[in-house]
Amino acid sequence: MAATQDTIDRIAEASGTYKYGFVTDIESDKAPKGLSEDIVRFISAKKNEPEWMLDWRLKAYRHWLTMKEPDWAKVGYPAIDYQDAYYYAAPKSRDDAPKSLDEVDPELLRTYEKLGIPLKEQEMLAGVAVDAVFDSVSVATTYKKKLEEMGVIFCSISEATQRFPELVQKYIGSVVPYSDNFFATLNSAVFTDGSFVYVPKGLRCPMELSTYFRINEQNTGQFERTLIIADEGAYVSYLEGCTAPQRDDNQLHAAVVELIAMDDAEIKYSTVQNWYPGDETGKGGIYNFVTKRAACRGRNSKVMWTQVETGSAVTWKYPSCILQGDNSVGEFYSVAITNNAQQADTGTKMIHIGKKTRSRIISKGISAGRADQTYRGLVRMMPKAEGARNYTQCDSLLIGDTCGAHTVPYIESRNPSAQVEHEATTSRISDDQLFYCLQRGIPEEDAVALIVNGFCKEVLQTLPMEFAVEAQKLVGISLEGSVG
Amino acid sequence: MALLDIKDLHATVDDGDAGPKPILKGISLTINPGEVHAVMGPNGAGKSTLSNVISGRPGYTVTGGSVTYDGVDLLEMEADARARAGLFLAFQYPVEIPGVATGTFLKTAINARRKANGEPEIEALDFLKLMKANAKKLGVADDMLKRPVNVGFSGGEKKRAEVLQMAMLEPRLCLLDETDSGLDIDALKVVADGVNALRAPDRGMLVITHYQRLLDYIVPDVVHVLADGRIVKSGDKSLALELESKGYAEFTGAAA
Ligand SMILES: Nc1ncnc2c1ncn2[C@@H]1O[C@H](COP(=O)(O)OP(=O)(O)OP(=O)(O)O)[C@@H](O)[C@H]1O
Ligand SMILES: [Mg+2]
Repeated sequence: MAATQDTIDRIAEASGTYKYGFVTDIESDKAPKGLSEDIVRFISAKKNEPEWMLDWRLKAYRHWLTMKEPDWAKVGYPAIDYQDAYYYAAPKSRDDAPKSLDEVDPELLRTYEKLGIPLKEQEMLAGVAVDAVFDSVSVATTYKKKLEEMGVIFCSISEATQRFPELVQKYIGSVVPYSDNFFATLNSAVFTDGSFVYVPKGLRCPMELSTYFRINEQNTGQFERTLIIADEGAYVSYLEGCTAPQRDDNQLHAAVVELIAMDDAEIKYSTVQNWYPGDETGKGGIYNFVTKRAACRGRNSKVMWTQVETGSAVTWKYPSCILQGDNSVGEFYSVAITNNAQQADTGTKMIHIGKKTRSRIISKGISAGRADQTYRGLVRMMPKAEGARNYTQCDSLLIGDTCGAHTVPYIESRNPSAQVEHEATTSRISDDQLFYCLQRGIPEEDAVALIVNGFCKEVLQTLPMEFAVEAQKLVGISLEGSVG
Repeated sequence: MALLDIKDLHATVDDGDAGPKPILKGISLTINPGEVHAVMGPNGAGKSTLSNVISGRPGYTVTGGSVTYDGVDLLEMEADARARAGLFLAFQYPVEIPGVATGTFLKTAINARRKANGEPEIEALDFLKLMKANAKKLGVADDMLKRPVNVGFSGGEKKRAEVLQMAMLEPRLCLLDETDSGLDIDALKVVADGVNALRAPDRGMLVITHYQRLLDYIVPDVVHVLADGRIVKSGDKSLALELESKGYAEFTGAAA
């Protein structure tokens, strides 16, 4: 490829003058604050990446320098100083970790308990340095080995870049190009880790790829990159995140997820996002700017996004489907809860390219406190999308009268045979509903949780069983203190 | 000790811009354990208001008098605490809760009580058995238990579901607000049987109705006439028959 060659040449040229401006020791655990080409090179060198990956990162970085942070979303936050952040730090040493749960923030433990998380997992989530953690890691390793025997590749993207470079090179950036948007471009330049999944032709991955993930999600960093490929006729269900609240010293998170489904393949991607939302005023909360996109490349392929978004101070996220293959299907099920000072601008894009492609969008937004939430969705029917169909249902539930909910649907149809259907409702928890529950002896907070869970049922029931139960509890916990 | 002791109860409803509007104007009523009291009276007399104030519904202000339940001041308690203490209101207009299965709702209610009493949650299997047994007695179809609370239920189905909930929660004081309205003749009998099955020496009931026919099935110990926020007459079962033939003219005339 000419363009690639060109870049390689340019880098070769540049490397004549190349040196680490800040530290000569590649063994260093941490890059200094700030973002520069040197930092990008440092990250790539740390990960022992092939040349093409470094090139790609550098292209992204240079492009990023020409971009402006987007401001169209209905969220407000103080300006981010990109030079005032760390872009690489090796995982914390076990010596710094808490020695037992006694050393962990009791507030955090209280939440773990409410979620019904077993003690061992609590220790793991809180990063306690005990051997129990390593027991579970070895269990995960066993699973991984089994999967690999079947031909499923499931590993970190760093490992995949070493072991399966041709796969990574072929697909990375093929759904979300390095130049896609400000945050995705930043991610392409400095991503530190993430997951890689490849399911070969005709194989149904027999287990949810979740247990492993839950255990290993720690320290994947603020710029996570995930790439999932389901080859012809393959199926995989992937679970991201965790119901337990996640804290992180890094305020800015900009992840990228790319999904690729070939002919007759199906990918189910479920997320529970519960990053620290900050205190009641939103102070200290995570800014979560995520780019998630799926390419339904093959005929009859299917991608289903399910998300339960309860955390973060600011969420900016639009998991999308590009429906290229004829008869391909994209589905988006979302529950977004914002309480206190949280802000979320989230939704989806369904781009219908192939014939008879279908998409379905079910979005349930719940706002409480002073929170503000926007559903932003695009449905685009391209000229060749003969007989394509979309159904969108967008429901908002307001708790109290200081919060906001907005629905911004964009519909573009360039094919007269395509059908687009959109329904939207806004409602409140009525005093009558609340009193009815109270009169049956159900305390107010539990009543709100019950009613809200009912409101979200259609979405929650698309989650894998075990996760659905935790997600239900999480819904209740997220809304604590929102009434009375 | 009386199960429910209401003394000279005055209450207003918060009528938006119009300000508080007096509805209950000095009600006194005592229900002893084991007794069934019927309350009859013209539309708008304050019957539902009385049951709402007893159960702690927001929107009302008690301006005078007292309500004592089993020796404790009921008005000091939150609505959910009153319910857990054994008070049950079968709603005149049961409320719909979309997406929440009737079974789930009931289980949540039962477990809320258990939690308050420091007991463990009910076993899933025990709960199912209990619910099926009660549903059968009240002619409630199994599929209705899976449907969301009151959503799409017919008027009669809603009333049956209320009595089913009452049977499951085993209250000590049952307030039934026009549970008979909307029921067909056969259903009336089934529901009345269900209520009668709950009559017990330690349980009291306040049955609000417009029809003396219900009182043929659920025979009350005392019948009260409530008109314009006051109990204007009390008597035995024959009072209901008398009202049926004469109407409320004599009371409303006197009250107006
Ligand atoms: N929220 C409210 N705002 C204004 N007036 C109210 C409100 N709630 C009740 N009322 C009034 O209080 C009075 C008593 O109402 P209530 O529902 O207690 O009557 P009821 O005896 O139960 O009548 P019915 O037999 O028709 O059920 C009525 O005049 C009614 O209009
Ligand atoms: Mg009434």
